[in-house]
Amino acid sequence: MADLPMPTVRPTAGPASPSAPRPMRFILNWGRRYSLWVFNFGLACCAIEFVATSMSRHDFIRFGVVPFADGPRRADLMIVSGTVTDKMAPAVKRLYERMPDPKYVISFGACSNSGGPYWDSYCVTKGVDQIIPVDVYVPGCPPRPEALLHGIMTLQEKIAAQHPEDRRA
Amino acid sequence: MSAPYEEATEGTVYTVSGNDWTELIETLSGQQDEKLVINMGPQHPSTHGVLRLILNLDGETVTEARTVIGYLHTGIEKNMEFRTWTQGTTFVTRMDYLAPIFNETAYCMGVEKLLGITDRIPERAQAIRVMMMELTRISSHMVAIGTFGMELGATTPFLFGAREREMVLDVMEYITGLRMNMAYVRPGGVSVDLPAGAVDKVGELLKVMPGRIEDLRKMLDANPVYLARTKDVAYLDLTGCMALGVTGPMLRAAGLPWDLRKSQPYCGYETYEFDVPTEKTGDVYGRYLVRMAEMEESLKIIEQALDRLSGPLKGGRVMVDDKKIGWPAQLALGPDGMGNSPDHIAHIMSGSMEALIHHFKLVTEGFRVPAGQAYASVESPRGELGAHVVSDGGTRPYRVHFRDPSFTNLQSMPATCEGGMVADVISAVASIDPVMGGVDR
Repeated sequence: MADLPMPTVRPTAGPASPSAPRPMRFILNWGRRYSLWVFNFGLACCAIEFVATSMSRHDFIRFGVVPFADGPRRADLMIVSGTVTDKMAPAVKRLYERMPDPKYVISFGACSNSGGPYWDSYCVTKGVDQIIPVDVYVPGCPPRPEALLHGIMTLQEKIAAQHPEDRRA
Repeated sequence: MSAPYEEATEGTVYTVSGNDWTELIETLSGQQDEKLVINMGPQHPSTHGVLRLILNLDGETVTEARTVIGYLHTGIEKNMEFRTWTQGTTFVTRMDYLAPIFNETAYCMGVEKLLGITDRIPERAQAIRVMMMELTRISSHMVAIGTFGMELGATTPFLFGAREREMVLDVMEYITGLRMNMAYVRPGGVSVDLPAGAVDKVGELLKVMPGRIEDLRKMLDANPVYLARTKDVAYLDLTGCMALGVTGPMLRAAGLPWDLRKSQPYCGYETYEFDVPTEKTGDVYGRYLVRMAEMEESLKIIEQALDRLSGPLKGGRVMVDDKKIGWPAQLALGPDGMGNSPDHIAHIMSGSMEALIHHFKLVTEGFRVPAGQAYASVESPRGELGAHVVSDGGTRPYRVHFRDPSFTNLQSMPATCEGGMVADVISAVASIDPVMGGVDR
């Protein structure tokens, strides 16, 4: 049996939605930015720092970022933390496609930004943005937990400025 | 969704999505075939990274278990062949990312063996290495026990483990400048001396940590739920461990007090007093107990190392006294927090042309290592971590291969899982404590 086809027509808020009033946009975006359920794509060292950020000292749950999504289908935000290898890349793409719109991606760490220290390796994807669109890049190898917090806040600002019709800001 | 990979499956494959369940159950009712092939991973919260498990189930019993690895293969060993010997530390530190100092030490010991400078490494550098390794062991075991709890469905152990780990990482950051992947140990010694106040920081940690370990013990040691999930689970006896090359806490939980720090001492471990904790049970609970006891022993070693660093070894060199190998700058934290020592900069920029040329050659090209090969091994938190270093006489490694304990220990997974319950696979894998960065490299 073939894969279920992805819907080609996205549900809209109606034909007049581009001219949706500002208050409605504000409420939608306000809801979206403070309830980001994370699908943590933990791959390598950075995943450990991601987990450290979710723990008691840094605690990103206070930003409304909840790392307990049951799976990609219930997540709004995918945080790719770690080295994406060519062997892993199809799975990353596949799971990203399973996420419902609106969806956001944070690329956490040098490896998923650009390949990082493995920039000349024969088996590492040189940046996860080659396979999926990325909203926020967090630099570092691995980045400090504070950097991830800053990345999350940057994403929230981005969502706040987003038009409700745009799938991606 | 269709099964993406066919090679893992034998017999009839039933693919279901959505409403097909009803249809399938109608077709299958009456048949006695209860076999089920489960694909776990590669991305799964309970697999310690990107490990993929293929499980054949008969009801809830695992009849066959296989691992698929390589999802985190970054080609570190190959990449190192295109970097200088010193740059190699930057790569090896990223292999087993929960125990970076151990990777660096094993690699640097191998390079030092080839250079023939093993006996000339300053004692202060050795003591710093020992202290850093034991600190890393604590942080690594904290993550091991914490994630173990989380994978069994208990979040509290991980909150404890992460808190304690942050304490260790604070000290690490104070000393090396980085929380993880420090590249602190270099061929010939360590990159920088302990900054002022580091001894006090470690001293504070030594005061707090025993109580924290005690807290964790109080929570887990006799916890009935924890015991039910760990006792007599994933049993592997000594014969099995020996046949599969298993080392580390797994081997010691089967009763053999094999610890390279005792049996083949390095970095001066023979001068420290500590015990090698063992258990006789060979199950998950035994491995947990061994890890807990090892952390307590590590604290003893850190205390002794700290006494030496603040006493007899105070103010000594931390890099080998050989200008052809040791980084000329004697890297020191400047007022800006990073970089070469200002004295050295003044010397090469305005004092001596030869010194500038020497600095330039050593930094860009690196030092040459005599042709040959060497094997050095350390006792990492997961077992014997060995580095096989081969040189053709150049400034870059000809080949560096690592014997990573996660990789070797992981092959005990089928032996411990087959015949058990599917839920016990989680605790079996977690008790091996594989780090995929080390497995795949």
